Amino acid sequence: MKYLHLIWAALMRRKARTLFTLLSVLAAFLLFGLLDSVHNAFSNASSGVAGAARLISVSKISFTVSLPKSLFARIQAVPGVAEVSYANWFGGIYQDPRNFFPSEAVAPNFLDLYPEWEMPASQRRAFRETRTGAVVGASLAERFGWKIGDKIPLQATIFPQKGGSNTWTFDLVGIFHATDPAQRGNENVFFFNWNYFDEARQFGTGSIGWYAVRVADPAHADRVAQAIDALSADSDHETKTQTEQSFTAALVSQFADIGLIVGAIMAAVFFTLILLTGNTMAQAVRERTPELAVLKTIGFTSRSVLGLLLAEAVMLLAIGAAIGLVLAGIVVIAVRSELGSTIPLTPVGGEIWLRGLGLAVLIGLIVGVLPAVRGMRLRIVDALSGR
Amino acid sequence: MRTMSALVEIRNLSKIYERGKQKIEVLHHIDLDIGRGDFVALMGPSGSGKTTLLNLIGGLDSPTDGTIRVAGEPIERLGEDALARWRASNVGFVFQFYNLLPMLTARRNVELPLLLTRLSASERRRKAGIALELVGLSDRASHRPGELSGGQQQRVAIARAIVSDPTLLVCDEPTGDLDRQSAIEVLTLMQELNRDHGKTLVMVTHDPKAAEYAHRTLHLDKGTLVPDSEHSAA
Repeated sequence: MKYLHLIWAALMRRKARTLFTLLSVLAAFLLFGLLDSVHNAFSNASSGVAGAARLISVSKISFTVSLPKSLFARIQAVPGVAEVSYANWFGGIYQDPRNFFPSEAVAPNFLDLYPEWEMPASQRRAFRETRTGAVVGASLAERFGWKIGDKIPLQATIFPQKGGSNTWTFDLVGIFHATDPAQRGNENVFFFNWNYFDEARQFGTGSIGWYAVRVADPAHADRVAQAIDALSADSDHETKTQTEQSFTAALVSQFADIGLIVGAIMAAVFFTLILLTGNTMAQAVRERTPELAVLKTIGFTSRSVLGLLLAEAVMLLAIGAAIGLVLAGIVVIAVRSELGSTIPLTPVGGEIWLRGLGLAVLIGLIVGVLPAVRGMRLRIVDALSGR
Repeated sequence: MRTMSALVEIRNLSKIYERGKQKIEVLHHIDLDIGRGDFVALMGPSGSGKTTLLNLIGGLDSPTDGTIRVAGEPIERLGEDALARWRASNVGFVFQFYNLLPMLTARRNVELPLLLTRLSASERRRKAGIALELVGLSDRASHRPGELSGGQQQRVAIARAIVSDPTLLVCDEPTGDLDRQSAIEVLTLMQELNRDHGKTLVMVTHDPKAAEYAHRTLHLDKGTLVPDSEHSAA
């Protein structure tokens, strides 16, 4: 700590240069904070506390290939299965293609499998009894200002109605809340009655997108999954029964490999940052050669000089990273409060901070090491005489 | 040239620089004693080896041959880190161009050598204050070098050189960049440090008037110490 003022003074030697370097570091870590927040949101999507108690059966070929409804009764008969439900992906759009959110046609008992989505019993009953009934998560209702009793038209992107119309109109009969704040992302979903969907759709009648299964004892989930898959073994509709987490992860990966995209962008950003700050550090150390010689003259060892210069680079990166991450946190809060869960973002918390600051230290060491070694190796006599 | 109670004992000292394939012998077989409390001026034409000799005495460079003992310590045998630690506690340096760190205040500049000690921040501050008072610059403690005159900057540099209370001060052209009045003030200060505080000073200078402040003047020519008689005759 006693060298802190010395390191700070070195950074402040050229204020404008330090400021601009700091801004570039800040921008890089702001981006890092935001992208890592998105990445976290997608990673968390594939983890759920209730996952072990539920299984999802989908076509072994692909999520987009349907399964026959006849499987329903057979799955229900598998020992260890407590309850079965089913759903189809609908992919509707509300008013504008930008208003995208997950919309699914689900069996009347579907919500019974998800007790963590809280909804009054009267609304659950209404959903069962209303042919065109729909329920939505609280975030989604808040986003569009929907209330119970509203008629909500969705534009089909996959399933037109038998008459050729793409407009499906639903009656909002329920709004559910996620009991776990970490699961708020699930409040962004639109569910409607599968029976209505199946009767009205132009094609695919009687086919199911996936089965959701509640197992009686999570400890036997493996055995139950194998038994379900055995039902359709060697048929043209073989299933793959998996945990909810695996299913969600597979679903997300259908859209894109978020981890790869985030990683690629950040690699490009940090590579540029290394070149930029590395050049700045090299220049800064070159300019201060006589001053470093003075420090060595009065007794600073070569290792002390090396340490000071590395600390300088790390400090520059750490300050820029800290400001960038604070800003990322503010932006995430603002975006979440403005758009809810439309853009999946997790708060910029301890994990992102740890990764960010760890990266800052690493980059600081990388960009500082060459100039620092140069500073360490300089010969006092040569440096003082300007050689 | 010997004095009793030598602080600096130099024997058969040679220094050869290699520039590519060329070897340049800067100092040839120097023998020299500098007594404790002495004030020695080193004079000679450019390239005569004055600064090289000063650097060797101050432990900034290593000899090619010969020995240098300072207070009995054979410093030519010390490794780089040991030599740095030795310099920190035994030698103060004053340069022609002051070499203060421009972003630090006068007090922070003076404190620099004390960062290498275990002193507390308040103790470092106190000692730096005393050193600045000694050079008559207490009222400039919070000024940066750019806000001080050349003479004041050199006095801050002297405060930095004495703050860790070294026995030996090596000064390379300390008045070379100063006007006459400032030079007199700096030389008087150096004389006081020698006379009143017992510091041993070795000063390289081109200025015969500056050399008059020293107890004795040594002349170097082509890397060899010139006896006084020869120099007078010349």
